[in-house]
Order: sequence, then C-alpha cells, then structure tokens
Amino acid sequence: MTHRDSIDKLLEHGKLAEAFQTLADAWNREPSLNAAQYVIAKYERHRAELDLVTCRLAILRSVTVEPLVPLLRAAAYVNGIDLDVRVSDFDTYATEMLDPGSALYEFQPRVVLLALNTASVAPPLWAPSDDSESGLRAVADDTVARLTSLIQAFRNNSQADLIFHLLDSPDLTTRGSLESHADFGQRAAIESVNERLAAVARGMRGVHPLDYDALVARHGRRDWFDEGKWEQFRLPATAPNLRHIVDEWLRFIHPVIGAVVKVAVVDLDDTLWKGIVGEDGFARLKMGADPPGTPYRALQRALLALRERGVVLAVSSKNDEADALEVLEKHPDMLVRPAHFAAMRINWESKAENIRSIAGELNIGLDAIAFIDDNPVERAEVRAMLPQVRVLDLPPDPSKFARIVLENPFFQRVAPASVEDRQRTQFYKEQAQRATILASVGSKEEFYRSLGQVADIAAANDLTLGRVAQLTLKTNQFNLTTRRYSEADVARFMSDPKRKLLTIKVSDRLGDNGIVGAAITEDDGDACRLDTFLLSCRVIGRGIETAFIAYIADQARLRGKSRLVGMFCPTAKNELAKHFYEDHGFRRIADDADGSLWELGLATSDLKAPEWITVTPAPAVPA
Amino acid sequence: MDHGNAGASGAGVSPTFAVVQQIAAGVFGVAESDISPESSPQTVERWDSVQQIYLVLALEERFGVQLALEDIEELKSLGDIAKAIDKKL
Repeated sequence: MTHRDSIDKLLEHGKLAEAFQTLADAWNREPSLNAAQYVIAKYERHRAELDLVTCRLAILRSVTVEPLVPLLRAAAYVNGIDLDVRVSDFDTYATEMLDPGSALYEFQPRVVLLALNTASVAPPLWAPSDDSESGLRAVADDTVARLTSLIQAFRNNSQADLIFHLLDSPDLTTRGSLESHADFGQRAAIESVNERLAAVARGMRGVHPLDYDALVARHGRRDWFDEGKWEQFRLPATAPNLRHIVDEWLRFIHPVIGAVVKVAVVDLDDTLWKGIVGEDGFARLKMGADPPGTPYRALQRALLALRERGVVLAVSSKNDEADALEVLEKHPDMLVRPAHFAAMRINWESKAENIRSIAGELNIGLDAIAFIDDNPVERAEVRAMLPQVRVLDLPPDPSKFARIVLENPFFQRVAPASVEDRQRTQFYKEQAQRATILASVGSKEEFYRSLGQVADIAAANDLTLGRVAQLTLKTNQFNLTTRRYSEADVARFMSDPKRKLLTIKVSDRLGDNGIVGAAITEDDGDACRLDTFLLSCRVIGRGIETAFIAYIADQARLRGKSRLVGMFCPTAKNELAKHFYEDHGFRRIADDADGSLWELGLATSDLKAPEWITVTPAPAVPA
Repeated sequence: MDHGNAGASGAGVSPTFAVVQQIAAGVFGVAESDISPESSPQTVERWDSVQQIYLVLALEERFGVQLALEDIEELKSLGDIAKAIDKKL
C-alpha cells in the first residue's frame, strides 16, 4: 500500500482527519489483504480519537472466512464502523444457533452473519448424484426445513439481526444443455430453496436474506470460485472476489446498524446532464435516452430509486438559478424535477457553504449527507471543509456514475421505506415554510399558536413498530439515551407488560409530520423509568417535547407511580437534549460513567402540555 | 555473489524469493531475517492452516498468479513456493 510514509508523517503532526482521509483513499485504490492489516492497525491505535460506530458482529459459517475478516474490518473502519468480530468454529453454526446457552449468544452480538454456500450446506444440490425430480425435491425440502428451524431457533434465542446467505447455483449443471427440459432441475431446485427461505425471512423481524447467487453472478460465476482452493481450504471465492463478498456484507451491516445517509446532495452540470447550462445553453444539454445522454439519465433514475428507498434528494449547483431551474422544470428529457428535491441551492456560493445551509434547513447532521458531484475539485473542497459529509468518488467515465450510487452501502436500506420516509421531501418543504412564517410573525409563541399543532400520542403497535426501531437507530440529536433497538427488540418490549412504548405523531396547518418521536418506559416499583425518549429534529423547539413528557408523566401517575426517572447519556451529537430534564423540573440525583440520572416527583410536578398544542387522546383525568 | 540468477541455490537469493520472504515475514509476524528458503510449517511456529491460506492469498495478490492445488500440496518450503511462482511468471 502506497502513502504509508505520508500517513505516518501526518499522524506524527497530529493531522488526524487528513491522515485517515489519505488512508481511506489508499485503501480504496488497493483493498488488499496486506493493506487491510495496515488499515486495521492504524484505526485500532487511534480509535479513541475517531468518531466510530461500534458493532459486535458474530460470523457463523460453513466456509473459510478468516481471510475475509481483515478485509471486512478494514472496509468497515474506513466507513466509520468499528467491528468487534467473533468467528465461530467450522460448521458449528447449527449447534450455536439451536443452543440458547451457546458461545454465540453469550457474545451478545448486535448482528449475526451466517456465511454459507451451496457446496457446503447442500452438496447434493451442488453436485447431484441423483438429479431426478423426486431426488432434487427431497434435498430441497430437507434444506429448507433444516435452515428454517435454525433461523426460527435463532429468532427465539437472540435479539440480534441475522444476515444469511441464500444458496448459489454452480456454473455447470449435471444436465448441461438439457437443464431446461426438466420440470424441476438443479437450478430450479436451488431457486425453490431460495424462494422459500426468503419467504421465511419476510415473516420474521430482523432476518435479512442475502442473495448470494446474484452476487456470484454479478462478478462472473465461472471465475468466482477456484475448485482447488475450495477442496484444500474451503475458500468460498478466489482472492480478488473476497472483496466483493465483504462489500455485499457491508451493504447489509450499514443499514442494519443505521450507518446510512438520509440526504443525497447532487450537482447539476455534467452530473445530472451532459453539458453546462450557462455555457452550452438549454438546447444543447443531453440527458435523453440516446448517447451521450444515457449515463446521465441512468444517474437520474438511480436517484429516483434512492428516493423510493427513503433517501431525500437536494441540489447544490453553481449556476444562475433561473437557467438551471428552467432545465429542471421544462426540459422534456429530464426524469427528476424540482418536486423531487427537498432543498435547492443554485447560486455561486461554495458547495461546502451550500451543503451546510441545506443541513441547517433540513435540520440534519452533516454526517447524514452524501455529496454527488462529477468535479473532483468540488469534491476535494467539500472533503476538506466538511469531513463529516460522505463524498462519493465518481470516476471520470459518466457511465459508471449510477453504479457508484447504487452500490454505496450508505444508501442501502433493509426495511422498505416507511410512510414517513416516502413523505420526507414534503415534510422538509413544509419545514421551510414554517421557518418563513416564524420570520414574519412577532414572537415565537404567536408563531406556535398560528401553527395549530396537534400531537397524537399512541401505544406502539404492529404497524408502527418498524418506525419505532428506525427512530432509535437514526435519531442522534434529540435523543436522551441513544439506545439503538432492532425491530425484534421493539417487538420483545411490546410483549413485556412492564414496558410502555409510545409514538407521537404531529400535524399542523401546513401538513402532517407523521410519527416524529418515540418513548419507551419501564415500570419499576414506585418509579417509571424512561429507557428511551427521542424526537426528530424537525419538531424540536415547538413545545412538542414538553407535551410528550407531560403525557408520559400523567400516564405514570395514573398507574400509581410516584417518580419518573430518566438518564441523560451524552454523545458527540445529542447536545440539543442536554438541558431537557432541567427545563422540565427534573432533579439530578446521580452521575455515573454513562451519564446523569434525573428524577421528577409526580405528586408535586405540574408538568403539562403547552396550551397551543392539542394532545390526542386528551389526557385522562383520575376519577 | 550471483547476479540476477533467478532460482539459484546457495548464497544467491532470487528476486522472487526476496519478495516471498518479505510477504511471509509479514504474514507470520516475524523478522525477514528469520525467513529462509528452508522455512516450512515445521520451522515457523505460526505457520498453521489458517496462516497458510493468508500466505497463499497474499502471494497470489502480490504476483498476480493463481496457485493451483498441486502447487499448494507441494509447498514444502518457502524456497519451493518461490520456484513454483517463478514457473508461472
């Protein structure tokens, strides 16, 4: 790996951000085993000074994963994730999953990866000695039954998310050119196993099938595998393909642990279309279905696909606004339109300045933003000025743009977009209108009154459970404890009578914000303990947080509790929530390593919702 | 001293072996001076089956060659490995 000397020198001089950027660039150019060891050593040494997300990952396997582990850890480090990896012994996955007291569960992983392939887990499908329909069906049924029972046992024994490989097809089948003559041949048998296992996963929370066959096919089935090294080492792929397995794993790990971006900020000229509107003019821009417009059209389509997943789009472009808007609004070949963007900055300010301003308007952190621009100078500037922003490395060839976007792990999701995700662009626009109104009215209170806010508080149910988990994973700023929960965790809490899970929906005269907050409490003797209390930044500062905590206090009082107790666990990002307890009359009663403990006496507290918010259902009055 | 005599035995060290030596030292976590053409699973303490995989992959990565099953089975020492790689270069 090149640049080792310059990285060491930068570290010596305390230029941490620059050193790790150089390290990341070097890794991306040459993601080799040798480089992986170096990347891991550097991150391990400096992990305390870097803002990394930690994750305990257990790998269960029927194949050799040892050379994959350093590649995975290095690639994860470069993306800001510190993986604590435990690899189980060879072929012990069944016993580890079935035994509730196994070392797997003792490790308490956040994510479990079950790395399989057909050759090891269903050899009679990989190289059949009996390729009759009845023979193949028997093996397929048996494979589905075996893996299903393991997955079910796992779901009962652990709250962790499970990522598991579906089966891959061999490059050559026993029947060869006759393959399609059989009603149920080798490939059909493997596909049937995959369909049934995917259906099992859809019926469970936090179980994610990985289409291993598609991964193999994408990189070339014939050269994926080296028979010699399979026989000798049980190595599942040739050395150059190991990196592809790791990248695919990361496309699941990122969304599972919430290491994703919420907003994609895109450039216009030579990114969304070929040409520069200010120089070439409207008529000469290309983004149609014929070359040279096709790569730009493909990128537009990719951006719309991200939007379907729940990623919000925004524009930052150096142009005269009227020129660029005319193209966005009127060009017949454009697929993306102004309505698809939550924010637009078309001006001559620096891109870094514009991204900062978009983050402010949308009320999100810079680390929730990805930047997509064809111009390496703009990218370098944003990287230097705003190191938290995820800057995509677009190659000079525009036909690769869409692929780079679609492959990026930060844009992946493992749950379909929620109603809130789909409406997010609209929410953000309404937010901007609110800001305009606030600027035009005299006082904040007058503004709140003029909004006519309604807060609808409800117990979480099967329909909203996914949103609760998503909020715990994604909310960083107004979050008192920043405890991250999977859907499976939330489902478990819901069945615990001591715990209450609440969601809060907020609407006002400008629109419906959807579910913007969640709280989880646990009754404990005379106390109601606040486990989680979080709100999306979109609604902060409008009294919603007060209405929500007042509702929780009222409900606890109705259940006969005399105290409401909660922790504040400071993180690098939740400064916004720091004074919450103090501002609502809580008393600080203890401090420990995780944070401070606060208490509210329910007998004397007069906590109530601000009068300008209508809370539904109306608070119950004790008889 | 021999000059550029690839695969020479004795005091001369082939350029391929010099690279193999460097990679093996990295994989096994020992000094390059502890690695000789005679080094083998019997003489290097950390040379177990997992390290063997790392070694083969690191060599393939560095030289851009694929080492076949027969090559791997015959790899009795690092000197043999360097010779097997030379045949493929």
